[in-house]
Amino acid sequence: MAYSDRVIDHYNNPRNVGQLDKTSTEVGTGLVGAPECGDVMRLQIRVNPETQVIEEARFKTFGCGSAIASSSLATEWIKGRTVDDALGIKNTDIVKELSLPPVKIHCSVLAEDAIRAAIGDWKKKNGVGEMAETATATAR
Amino acid sequence: MSTVASSVEVPAGLHLPIYMDNHATTAVDPRVLEAMMPYFTVKFGNAASRNHSFGWEAEQAVEAAREQIARLIGTTAKEIIFTSGATESNNLAIKGIAEMYRERGNHIITQVTEHKAVLDTCKRLEKHGYRVTYLPVKADGLIDLEDLKRAMDDKTILVTIMAANNEIGVLQPIAEIGKLCHEKNVLFHTDAVQAVGKVPIDVIADNIDVLSLSGHKIYGPKGVGALYVRRRNPRVQIAAQIDGGGHERGMRSGTLNVPGIVGLGKACEIAQQEMKAEAAHLTALRDRLKNKLESELDYVHVNGSMEHHLPGNLNMSFVYVEGESLLMGINDIAVSSGSACTSATLEPSYVLKALGLGDDVAHSSIRFGLGRFNTQVEVDYVAAKVIDVVKHLRQLSPLYEMVQDGIDLTKIQWAAH
Repeated sequence: MAYSDRVIDHYNNPRNVGQLDKTSTEVGTGLVGAPECGDVMRLQIRVNPETQVIEEARFKTFGCGSAIASSSLATEWIKGRTVDDALGIKNTDIVKELSLPPVKIHCSVLAEDAIRAAIGDWKKKNGVGEMAETATATAR
Repeated sequence: MSTVASSVEVPAGLHLPIYMDNHATTAVDPRVLEAMMPYFTVKFGNAASRNHSFGWEAEQAVEAAREQIARLIGTTAKEIIFTSGATESNNLAIKGIAEMYRERGNHIITQVTEHKAVLDTCKRLEKHGYRVTYLPVKADGLIDLEDLKRAMDDKTILVTIMAANNEIGVLQPIAEIGKLCHEKNVLFHTDAVQAVGKVPIDVIADNIDVLSLSGHKIYGPKGVGALYVRRRNPRVQIAAQIDGGGHERGMRSGTLNVPGIVGLGKACEIAQQEMKAEAAHLTALRDRLKNKLESELDYVHVNGSMEHHLPGNLNMSFVYVEGESLLMGINDIAVSSGSACTSATLEPSYVLKALGLGDDVAHSSIRFGLGRFNTQVEVDYVAAKVIDVVKHLRQLSPLYEMVQDGIDLTKIQWAAH
């Protein structure tokens, strides 16, 4: 399998590797995938409670080079965005940026899932999801 | 394309990339190539041409090669049939016996870690009314002889069990299997493609009736193989699967690949002369590699029995690191992985799964296949590089971190996808 330069770059120099304190209310954690499937991603965000901006992102990934690159890229992209803005990131954006071949598309899907899971966890901790739903209901 | 960075120094004089995948194929030994060369351009006759010197010369070369092969496995030249390789040899042996002995029975016994050339052949026969028993293997990769005994019944015509496994290098107890078969009047075929020339094989002492071997696994050319077919006690009959000019005692028609056959013969001759020294050399290199990896890394797992093992094979799982990502980091070294990501089917190795290993351990496996041309300098570089990359990837591995923190990964509800 030939890897794109972007994948190799993220593999060699992964961005934002590490962990955040998952007990903090400002931190959302997403753990997706399964060891049996050959890939597990853990993506964490620290969100500013005032602005809802993702100020920090961290990841660790067990998986192939494309999975590592997809999650590394995801942390780069979500940093500095609001949580709602970050939810707009699509796996196809990752595929395009990393020039992933069809057989590696699932890596990008997993990265999108990881973003959603991390944000979902943060929302759950902070009751943001319910608020948002209520707001939508009221608007209707 | 950029390459993967590494802090491991490349010693002066070390040529990259390093080939350490000798179960997949081997380089042709220069002595083999030299022996083959005249048979492409000067001595190019058809071995079946009976009426001129070109034909006689080719036939003579073929018969000399038959002798060389026969000597390596303890038989006579008359019992060697040439084929295009081990896949054809396995097909011919299994289908040919199944067809020929159909009146006597329809039951075949094999085991789960066989090569696909055997398993898929057996699966096809099942569609044609044959019954196949796939014996399990124990955690060390060996079959249980008691299982084999129990599986045999009065309809059993053939047992086909490999001599050495291509992934984990485990040596099956073929002499005992052969003995059991002969006691029960059942034919014994062995796919010995990984074992021939690497460990001693004697078809008489090992009670083998039919044996498959290949040129390109023993420093000979690709596209040529052989099948040993016993002529006495018992005389084995095989129904031809390719019809034509009646070559090879009617069992395998087709003009003989004379240069390939000459190469296969020479490769067998060299293997016979050098097997003992080569096995000692490869065992030393393999153990050096294994010791280095085990002393520097935690959570490594050797797959398959090390007691019953090919000299040049080492199959290791670097747990909590995915195999393809490891291969990517060591891309100046040619090895194989049991990871799903490296297979066409996206399934992890069925051989490793058969040992009872979890998919996660299979995903983390690397097969090192040491061969005749590997050196200690190469082994030291490979060890250093693998250690470096595994450590790097474990820094990125959430699983490694969780295990370090004392979390039991089996207790986590993973969302399979």
